[in-house]
Amino acid sequence: MSGSCGRIPPPFPDNEDQEAESDTRVLDSDEDDDDEGEDIFTGARSNPITPTSAPDEGDIFSEEGSYIRSDVHHATNGLHPDEEELDLFTEATVELTLTNTTSQGRREIIGPTASACNTTQVPNSILKPSIVTKTTEELEEEESGDQFELNIAVTNPEKIGDGMNAYMSYKVSTQTTLPMFLNKTFSVRRRFSDFLGLYEKISAKHSLLGCIIPPPPQKSVVGMTKVKVGKEDSSSAEFVEKRRAALERYLQRVVAHPSLLQDPDVREFLERDELPRAVNTQTLSGPGLLKMINRASDAVNKMTIKMNESDNWFESKLQEVENEEQLLRRLHAAVDSLVNHRKELCSNTAVFSKSVAMLGSVEENSALSRALSQLAEVEDKMEQLHQQQAFSDFFILAELLADYIRLLGAVRCCFEQRMKVWQRLQEAQSTLQKKREAEAKLLWANKPEKLQQAKDDINEWESKVSQYERDFERVTCTVRKEVLRFEKEKARDFKQHIVKYLESLLHTQHRLVKCWEAFLPEAKAIA
Amino acid sequence: MKKNVYSYSSCILETLPLRVQQSSFSSTFPGKRLGQAAWSSEGFGSHWVRSVSVDLNNDASLVIDIPDALCERDKVKFTVHTKTTLSSFQKPEFSVPRQHEEFIWLHDTIVETEEYAGLIIPPAPPKPDFEGPREKMHKLGEGESSMTKEEYAKMKQELEAEYLAVFKKTVQVHEVFLQRLSSHPIFRKDRNFQIFLEYDQDLSVRRKNAKEMFGGFFKNMVKSADEVLISGVKEVDEFFEQEKTFLLDYSSKIKDASAKAEKMTRSHKNVADDYNHISGALNSTAADNNTAFKKHLEKYAEVFEKLRKLEDRVASDQELKLTELLRYYTRDIQAAKDLLYRRARALADNENSNKALDKARLKGKDIAQAEENQKQCLQKFDKLSESGKKELTSFKARRVVAFRKNLIEMTELEIKHAKVRRLKCCVYHYMFTRQCSGSHGKPGNMREF
Repeated sequence: MSGSCGRIPPPFPDNEDQEAESDTRVLDSDEDDDDEGEDIFTGARSNPITPTSAPDEGDIFSEEGSYIRSDVHHATNGLHPDEEELDLFTEATVELTLTNTTSQGRREIIGPTASACNTTQVPNSILKPSIVTKTTEELEEEESGDQFELNIAVTNPEKIGDGMNAYMSYKVSTQTTLPMFLNKTFSVRRRFSDFLGLYEKISAKHSLLGCIIPPPPQKSVVGMTKVKVGKEDSSSAEFVEKRRAALERYLQRVVAHPSLLQDPDVREFLERDELPRAVNTQTLSGPGLLKMINRASDAVNKMTIKMNESDNWFESKLQEVENEEQLLRRLHAAVDSLVNHRKELCSNTAVFSKSVAMLGSVEENSALSRALSQLAEVEDKMEQLHQQQAFSDFFILAELLADYIRLLGAVRCCFEQRMKVWQRLQEAQSTLQKKREAEAKLLWANKPEKLQQAKDDINEWESKVSQYERDFERVTCTVRKEVLRFEKEKARDFKQHIVKYLESLLHTQHRLVKCWEAFLPEAKAIA
Repeated sequence: MKKNVYSYSSCILETLPLRVQQSSFSSTFPGKRLGQAAWSSEGFGSHWVRSVSVDLNNDASLVIDIPDALCERDKVKFTVHTKTTLSSFQKPEFSVPRQHEEFIWLHDTIVETEEYAGLIIPPAPPKPDFEGPREKMHKLGEGESSMTKEEYAKMKQELEAEYLAVFKKTVQVHEVFLQRLSSHPIFRKDRNFQIFLEYDQDLSVRRKNAKEMFGGFFKNMVKSADEVLISGVKEVDEFFEQEKTFLLDYSSKIKDASAKAEKMTRSHKNVADDYNHISGALNSTAADNNTAFKKHLEKYAEVFEKLRKLEDRVASDQELKLTELLRYYTRDIQAAKDLLYRRARALADNENSNKALDKARLKGKDIAQAEENQKQCLQKFDKLSESGKKELTSFKARRVVAFRKNLIEMTELEIKHAKVRRLKCCVYHYMFTRQCSGSHGKPGNMREF
């Protein structure tokens, strides 16, 4: 199973059977496939989220991303050989066989059913090119004939430059079979402001249409300053890793959106070697300030507009979204607390381990002394396990929740856009009304020369009104569709992540068992 | 039954569900009573006892246990139950209520008895400390409005379990104290001990409180003086020299390890708590949701709830087997050190008496007295040394055995818990990756989906 919830691309089509196997391997303990073993149970070497696709030969998506991670947390290198991982399920005595998905690329974004099963295999960035038209589309997406795939990874953060002008550059690698791209595999280097620039461009174009635009990762002055200043400590490494993962998820969400993928800006972002520097993403620039002002006025508008909602669905949906955002915040706080406590547990365990070692060194009975030093070692290993688990807790759960809190914000924006469109329609309608009244007045006052003008005006505004009406219809339809798609994605995403979390726990427990089992004979040897 | 209790020893509510319910376990903390069933010597209590200090209660001629305890406000009333075949007692079987202060009184009188100077005196049981759960209960009460009913009920249940655990521990340490006395050939004959067991009236030791306070103060001063003494005195006996070095060093290390173990256990409990909050938050989110997502959320909440229980169990077991072991032996080491102090004092006395004798001989007066004094000091010192050696040697053996037992038990429990968690994760993992509409749990053809 691909380790990172879709961030790992399935291997190339010629490795199809390998990939298919890795699915069965999950529970079929007969598979003796060492390489595949690394995929799912790779926790030992690299965190499951890293885009490590072990069997690949120089695959751009392999180990690269994990180099940072080994600094961030002492990867338990060589703690356990891979073969042991396969025993995981034998020992747990769950034996099941199952047939695998037919084609690795097969992807429906239809229901939780399909998504659930394919969770383990398919990155959520696979999509169908057929969904382009908007107005005539049905709300349920249908299965289309050809399936294409597109996989993205963000890896290799590198610091360019020095001092306050330094920045991190990330490698964005794409692997695709879509015809609209020039190559099948390519990569470019991008910096954080490029990602923000992409968001600005997409937002400007698509938000008015009612699409839910995935929000980019947040800026962080503190984090970046530390990196710029050159502090080579674990917290800045952690920050870079966090950002790298967030950028990757961001891009994956963008390309998962069928209409966004078609956008030439997105394509350019992925393909073009040099992008013009996106300066208007800086907070204190002219456009930046303008954005802030716009946002303020939007907020005011939101309060004053009372939309005459003909369709209850929107009202109740918006309410739901707002509630959910609150609840997710609460959930996020709880997960945060878990991460912190586990880190605490980690350090306390380390301290305890040293203390036990000291005790062992003082103990006069030699067997007990040996056992105590062994215990100290076991506790040390536990510390590493806790560290890894905290890592998983954070990247699998906490970041997921943080992402969705922001995404729900984006959904709300989407609703607001629709309101804006409606408002525009209203204004046009009232303008039309005024023009008509003006015409009536002219008729009344009998001024034929101005009449023509008035009639032209009316025609103009009539066509505007009808266009805005169509726009509004279209936006309403799009928003509905988007929300449904979003909900399905959400359910699938959550499930993927919980599954991954369970895997990480499984790993930890398995290694725990091994640790303690190794210690038991030592304890028994005390005489 | 032994196995049953063993394996989930910490989670009483699960292993002894009926028993706890039988006892009048009221929902408010004051006035809790733990019934006989929950505390039978065959139950959990004795296992820990035997782990911590082996060979207790082997001798049927004097069997002591604490089958019952009542907690009221700050006071815990233990029911001390004795079964004996010894003729020195009036009845073959009897029970008396005792409070913590009376245990302390017994300990102090034994410490003050000259004859026992050469013995390791079992450490006094620490005062029952319900501060932790009480504080949490208080906080829970304050935060009641901000959480759902289910969450509140769950947290309350947890707190009660925690309270029960503290309660259990304090009963056990008191029990162990008495059992160490009863299994020691010399202590069991102590007159005060017999009074403690038999006298069914109030021992009225409370007037000693003021004296105790000062006594405690003096004791500490004396103790630090002792430390100086013990390091200053020139030791002639190799055995005691080694013991001194060893015990001093070991004492500080084990105290440190005990404190660190406590912190570690507390962190574990915090993690378990967090799982609880996550589960609660997931449930809230599910309650508010109307889509298919709702069912997923509820399932996830269930997963975290299970994780919490397992994590909790690990933490409790670790505490019981490791932390409690370290705590107990910290106290026991102190008792051994006290023996060394007493011997060192006797040695110092001996040397002083020698010097006094020489001075008397020089001066030519009070020689007989000085001689007598010197003889007594020497006798005392020799007796102390002899019995001290015996005691310290058996203490060594006792310690090693106890550590071995506890470490093995803890390891076995850790393995068991990890395996259970592993299995649960595996099952959930399977459920979630196969959970699709249609075929219910059938490991079927994925193509269907």
